[in-house]
This record gives sequence, structure tokens and C-alpha cells, in this order.
Amino acid sequence: MKSNRLNTLTNGIVKSNPTFRLVLGTCPTLAVTTQAINGLAMGAAVTFVLLCSNVMISLLKKVIPNRVRIPAYVVIIATFVTVVQMVMQKFLPSLYDALGVFLPLIVVNCIILARAEAFASCNPVLDSALDGIGMGVGFTLSLTLIGIVREVLGAGSIFGAPIGSLGNVSMTIFILPAGGFLVYGTLMAVVNYLMRLSEERKINALHSMPENDEEEVGA
Amino acid sequence: MSKYIVSSSPHIANRRTVTGIMLEVLIALAPAVVASVIFYGFYALFLEIFSVGAAVGTEALYNRIMKKEQTVKDCSAMVTGLLLALNIPVSAPFYVPVIGSAFAIIFVKMLFGGIGKNFANPAITARIFLLLAWASVMTTFVKPIVWAGGAKEIFKYFACIVKGPSGLGDVAAVTSATPLASLREGAEKVKDLPVLAMFLGKTGGSLGETSALAVLIGGVYLMIRRIIDWRVPTVYLATVALFALIYGAAKGAVGAYILPSLLGGGLMLGAFFMATDYATSPNTKTGLVVYAVGLGLITSLIRFFGNYPEGVSFAILLMNIVTPFIDKFIRPRPFGFVKQGKGGAK
Repeated sequence: MKSNRLNTLTNGIVKSNPTFRLVLGTCPTLAVTTQAINGLAMGAAVTFVLLCSNVMISLLKKVIPNRVRIPAYVVIIATFVTVVQMVMQKFLPSLYDALGVFLPLIVVNCIILARAEAFASCNPVLDSALDGIGMGVGFTLSLTLIGIVREVLGAGSIFGAPIGSLGNVSMTIFILPAGGFLVYGTLMAVVNYLMRLSEERKINALHSMPENDEEEVGA
Repeated sequence: MSKYIVSSSPHIANRRTVTGIMLEVLIALAPAVVASVIFYGFYALFLEIFSVGAAVGTEALYNRIMKKEQTVKDCSAMVTGLLLALNIPVSAPFYVPVIGSAFAIIFVKMLFGGIGKNFANPAITARIFLLLAWASVMTTFVKPIVWAGGAKEIFKYFACIVKGPSGLGDVAAVTSATPLASLREGAEKVKDLPVLAMFLGKTGGSLGETSALAVLIGGVYLMIRRIIDWRVPTVYLATVALFALIYGAAKGAVGAYILPSLLGGGLMLGAFFMATDYATSPNTKTGLVVYAVGLGLITSLIRFFGNYPEGVSFAILLMNIVTPFIDKFIRPRPFGFVKQGKGGAK
């Protein structure tokens, strides 16, 4: 049971990483990752909303009528998004401006809806919370990684700090949308290649042992 | 490759090989290379060698790492590298063609399966990549060298090797406005354009765009050798000329826009060498005409009404992407097929 819980937590970080494995929430992924700090902030905001909405939906899963569950989810998610938005506007105004319209758009972020629909609506509260944290951290790490690559190549800096004189030869395209697609695609290929390698290694190791695969819970 | 290939009819036998075609293209590019050295000194040759070397090296390395059959011998990477170098201004630092060539080979060609499977022309896509990556480097054009200036002039642009245009010191003094930029500045400006100088190559531009004459020689050679279909360049240039005629008439200067439109920018290079890529142009004769008209229209629209001064590369990339749809809608009529229509054969 304990390893099960751990699996729920780590599932979103590597195995079912929302960005590179489930390919969810690509719109904010491509739009806000022009700088590493933006990716980190977006990820943190989504993690908070994901955790709160997963817990809330899991608590209310018996109360919400099946027919109107999507509107009910959206109302719950929107509540937490509004909280994030107000907190950011008050305490981190520059990040609030940088994320722009993508902050309120978290309401319709498909990672959150997908986890609500696929996980929180049919799992206990603690598991839903762990799933929310895992997925959120996975999303944050992916966005920060994309942001770092784009910022280093496109502006010659990392988290706003210039790296030597790299800024003189930086390639603007990586800050533009086209560069976002390039970096996202390349990183996805790399991540999937690494996953396949590790899976092959696992299969080779398990070859003599009896099969004990767990059913993957995901969208 | 295996020696015996089984395929359905029709079978066409000739002696043409990929390597042979690519060598012909390289021969056709020779005048443009010579012109680039004449107008921009030895640094132009240096950039071209770097670009070709990077393209060939990247393909060899990619095949080695991915454990694929080595394909560099077909010379197509050399063509891609050379075409890309001809699209770069002489004031570019050395890493610009290197990164551009690597991008063209990896992202546009090899990841899609190598030669013949690319969705767009690698050289033109890499040019757009470089334009978006280093906009100021790619749009700073310097004046061609003056040979009377002595040996110093021949090596002048080596000053750009790392720093790019800023290595030349006072950039404003060497930057020359391209004739294309004048197209939007009214009919009076257009009438003053030195058309003969544009034809020969005495105006600013990228390495291969400078001399329309040199590109034209190579292009005509390819058409005579039947390497490229005559329809694409001819219809492309005709569409651009027609658009310029109409635009000129609307501006009250009938005809003044035609020659500058044809001779300026990368039109000649694009029309003869890049729009004619086999893998990215339609398969039927009608399709080629539709494709070329589309190229001409997009190029002219961007030039006269768009934000960028030059539209050739965007036009080629867009029409490359449309090519599969052109092939889908324009099918060749099977031999002996009779259309079933009113009064047709029953």
C-alpha cells in the first residue's frame, strides 16, 4: 500500500509526465516558457491549483451529480485560479504581467481537468492530493527545463542572469513561438528515448522473474 | 541498397543518378560562387566552404550516430550547404552558416527520413531559421568590394569572422540599402534604381543574390540539361513580373517595377535552385504551374504589403507545405482514360 502511494506521487514526475508523456497543457507550455522563471511560476501556479482542486473534487465526488460534473469541476478550479491570480497580482506583479492571459486560462488547462476526471473523481482524498502534487511537480520541472533551454539559447541568460557574453550570439528564434515548438519537440524526443532505454533495461532485468506489472492510472 | 528492386510499372530507365543530378546542380552554382568571390572577396569563399563542410559533416555524423546507411556520397548535403551559404550576407560571422547547415540537415532533412523525404527545402527553411535567429546579421548588407582598392579590399570582410557586421567598425558606413527595400518607397525611388548594376551584381545583397546574371547562367544550364522543369522558374518569374506590372500601374509608373522586382533579392536563386527541389514540388505539369503561380503571388504580396522586405523564402516554404495538397487535387490522367461527361463516350 505504501509503495502504491509513492507510485501515485512519482507517476506524474517521470512515467506519466504531463508535458512530455501525456502531452497535456501544451498551450501554456509553449506560450510562457520564454524564460526559465516564467516556466517555474506557471508550474507553481498550476501545482497549487491542481493540488487544491484534486482534493476538493475528491471530497465532493459523491455529491457532484454525474451529468453536470464538468461545470462543477470548472467552478471549483476557477475558484482556486482566482486565488492564485489575486495573490500573484499583489505580491509578484512582474510575473503576473509576464504570464498575462495564461494565468486565468489555467481554468481550462487540460492537465487539471484530466486529473480531475481521470483520478480525483474516483480515488480517495490522500491519493488525489499526492497525484496533484506529482503531476504539478512534473509539469513545473518540464516547464522550467524548456524555459532554461529557451532562455540560454535565445537570450544568453539563465533565470535572468547573463552567462558571460553569450547574449551577443544568442538566437532570437528560441524566444519566438517557432523556437518553442523546436525545443518542445526535441526535448520530448529525448525524454521518450530515455524512457524507452530504461524500460528496455527493466524488461531485460525482469526477464527471468514473474510478471508483476501494475495497471497505469492515467488519462 | 539491394541490387534488385521490385516495383510496379511504369518503369523508366535512364542513366541519371542522385549523385549525378547533385553534381550538375553544383556545376550550375559555380557562376554564383565565382560572382560571390568577385564581389565580396575571399571571405565569401570561406563562408561557403564552412557551410558545405558543416552540412556534409552533420549528415555523416547523424548517420554514424543513428547507425544508418551513410548517404553523404550523394552530394545532396553539399548542395544544401552551398545554397544556404549563398543565402547569407557576407558580413555574417562564421558560425552562422555552420549552425544553419546543421539545422537544415538535422531538423529539416534527416529527422524526416533523409533525401527525398523532406517536407520542405532544407536550405530555405534554414535561411528562415537564421533570419529569425539573427535578424540583424541576416539583414545587414554591405557594399561589394572595389577591386581598385587593392589587396586589402579582397580580405576586408574577414573582419566579420566572429563579430559579424560590427567587426567592420562603423557599420552605418558600409551598410547599403537593398534595392528591394526601395520598392515600397514610391514610384520615384523605383525609377532611380540602377537596374544594370542589379543585373550584374554591384548592389548589396546576400552572397548568391547579388548577381542575377550568374544565377541566371546556372539556371539556364539546369533547364537545358533538363535537371529542372522549365515551368517553375518561368511561371514564377512571370507571375512576379505581372504583379509588379499591375502594382506599378496602380502607382502611376507602368513598367518601372518589373525589372527591379525580378532582379532584386533572392528571387532568381529561389526560382531556379530552391523552388525546383524534386521532393518538395508537385509531381504533375499542371501542379507545377499552380505551385509556381502560388510562389509568385505570395512573394509579391509579402514584398509589397508585408512586414519583411523579402518574401521569396517564405513563399517557397509555404508552397512546399501546400505541395502534397496540390498533388492530391491535381491527378495525372491515366493513359487511355476518357472523361465521362455530357456527350462523352459511353
